Amino acid sequence: MTAVLAIENTTVDDTSSAVKRPFALARHSLALAWRNLVKTMRNPEQLLDVTLQPIIFTAMFGFLLGGALAGDIAAYLQTLVPALAVMLTLFASIQSGVNFSTDLKTGLFDRFRSMPIGRSVPLIGAVVGDAIRYVVTLVVLLGFSSILGFRIETDPLRALAGCLLAIGMGFALSWVFLLLGAVMKEPGSVQGIAFIVIFPLTFGTNMLTPVETMPGWLQAWMHVNPAVHAMDAARGLMVGGPVAGPATLTLLWTAGIIAVFAPLAVAAYRRRT
Amino acid sequence: MSTAFRAEGLVKRFGDFTALHGVDLAAEEGTVLGVLGPNGAGKTTAVRVLSTLLRPDGGTVTVAGHDVVHHPDRVRRMIGLTGQFASVDDDLTGIENLTLIGRLLDLRGNEIRSRAKQLLADFDLTEFARRTVKTYSGGMRRRLDLAASLMGRPRIVFLDEPTTGLDPAKREELWGVVRRLVADGTTVLLTTQYLDEADALADAISVIDEGRVIAHGTPAELKRIVGGQSIVVRPSDPDTLDRVGRLLAEFTGRKPESPQRGVLAVPADSDLVFTAVVGELALAGIGVTELSLQLPDLDDVFFKLTGHTTSTDNEKTEVPA
Repeated sequence: MTAVLAIENTTVDDTSSAVKRPFALARHSLALAWRNLVKTMRNPEQLLDVTLQPIIFTAMFGFLLGGALAGDIAAYLQTLVPALAVMLTLFASIQSGVNFSTDLKTGLFDRFRSMPIGRSVPLIGAVVGDAIRYVVTLVVLLGFSSILGFRIETDPLRALAGCLLAIGMGFALSWVFLLLGAVMKEPGSVQGIAFIVIFPLTFGTNMLTPVETMPGWLQAWMHVNPAVHAMDAARGLMVGGPVAGPATLTLLWTAGIIAVFAPLAVAAYRRRT
Repeated sequence: MSTAFRAEGLVKRFGDFTALHGVDLAAEEGTVLGVLGPNGAGKTTAVRVLSTLLRPDGGTVTVAGHDVVHHPDRVRRMIGLTGQFASVDDDLTGIENLTLIGRLLDLRGNEIRSRAKQLLADFDLTEFARRTVKTYSGGMRRRLDLAASLMGRPRIVFLDEPTTGLDPAKREELWGVVRRLVADGTTVLLTTQYLDEADALADAISVIDEGRVIAHGTPAELKRIVGGQSIVVRPSDPDTLDRVGRLLAEFTGRKPESPQRGVLAVPADSDLVFTAVVGELALAGIGVTELSLQLPDLDDVFFKLTGHTTSTDNEKTEVPA
C-alpha cells in the first residue's frame, strides 16, 4: 500500500514539475559546460593546440609575407592579426565536435539520455564549455603579436568587441562540428572532415592578401564567405575602418548558422541511440 | 503491491534484425526481476527500451505507470540506470561525478552534498571521493556508477550486467548493495549471464533467449522444471564416507556419486528422504561439515529450456547499441 502511495505521490509531483521550471535548460547546460571545463583543466595538453597555433601562424605569415606585402612585419600584422583572431577561433571550435564524438561513445551519455533533462543540454554544454579555448587562443594571439609590433589602434573595448564577434562565430561553427560529431562514428574522421570545411572558410578570405588581387570566382566566394565579414569587422574594431556593415553581416551569419545547425545537431544526437 | 514496470509484447528491430520478438517483462514494487540470458539474447535492448534510450517498435511499455513512448520524461524522473559500460566521467573525481548528476536532477546544493557524502560512504568510496575516476579500480568504478544512478532516489533501478568483470568478492559486495536497495522499497531489474547471481538476488526470473522470454518464474519454480533435488553430505571424518554411502543408497535406492573429494551426492525423489537421512546420521553418530538438500542450479535449467548452455561459445553479435 505504501508503495502505491509513493507512486501516486510522485505522479502528482511529476505533473506539477511538467510545467518546466524556469532556466532548467540553462542550469543543466551550465552544469555540463562546467564538466567540460574541468575536463579541459585536468588535461592541459588539450589547450596546447590553441596556445601554439597563434604563435606559429603569426610568426609564419608575419615573417613570410610581411616584408613582401607591407614592407615590414609590424605593418602587415595590423591587417593580419584581426583576421587571424577569426581564423584561430574557428580552428578552435573543431575540438568541440571531436570531444562530443568521443563523449558519445561513452556510457556517460547514456546516463544523460536516461535523465529528465532537455535533449539539447549535452550539446549546449559542449559548445559553451569550450569557450576557454577561444579565450586562450585570443589572449596568446594578442600577447604574442604585440611583441612583434601589433598595436590596437582603436580602444580596448572595441578590440574586445572584435574578439567577441570572433567567439560568437566560433560558437556558431561548433554546432556544425557537433553535427559531424553526432553523425560520424570516429572522432578522427570528425577532425578530418572539419578541416575540409574550415580551410576554404578561413583561407578563402582576404586574411593574407587583398581581394582585388584574386580571380573573379574567388572574389565571388569572398562575398558569401561569413569568415570574410567577421575578419573585416574584427579589423574595423581593432585597427579602425568600417564596422557597422561587416559586424551586422557577421551577426546575421552567426545567428543563421546556429538557427540551421543547432536543430540539425540536436536531431542527429537524438537519432543516435 | 503494485506493478513497478511492465513490458507487454515488446518488439524491437534494428533494420532487418529483430532483437526482441514480443517480450513480456514485469516486476512488482520492491522486488528484483532477474533477466537471465546469454550474450546477444536481447537483455540490453530490453533495458534500453525500459529506460527510454530506445523506442519500442511494438508492444506497450510502462514504467512507474508512465508510457515510455508518450511520457519518457516522466519515466526518466523515476528511474536510475547503470549500463554495461561505466557511465561515469574518468576525468572527474567521485564527488564531482555525483555532484554533476545531482545538478542535472535539480537537487539543492546542500542536498547534493549530503546525498553524495552518504552514497560515497555507503559504497565505501569516501577516501577516494576526491580522486579522479581514472585512478579507480574496476570494482570502485562500478560502485560509483551505481551510486550515481541512486543520486535522485529512483523508485526503479535498471542494472545491466552490473557484476560483469568483477571478482567474486566485489560481486558479493554489489549483491549486498542490491539487497539494501530492495529492503528500502526500490524495484530492481537486473540483467545477468550468471545464473547464481539471478538465483541469489531475484524474486522472479525471466529467462530470455534470442529475443524471446522462454521461461518465467521464481528461482525455485524454474529449478522444478528440471526437477530432481539431491542430498549432499560431507562427513567430518572421511573414514565414515563408506558408511554414509551405504546409508544414502539404502534410503534413496540409488548409488551416491562423489562430485568432490569427501562429498557424496545422491538424487532424492521424495521430500521425506532428507529428514530421514538426517535422523539416521544422528543415530549413527556420524558428524558432518556439510549437509544440504540442493536444487539443480540454473545452468541445468537453461540447458533444459534451450538445449544449449549459457556459455558464450556460440557467441552471437551483441545487438548494436
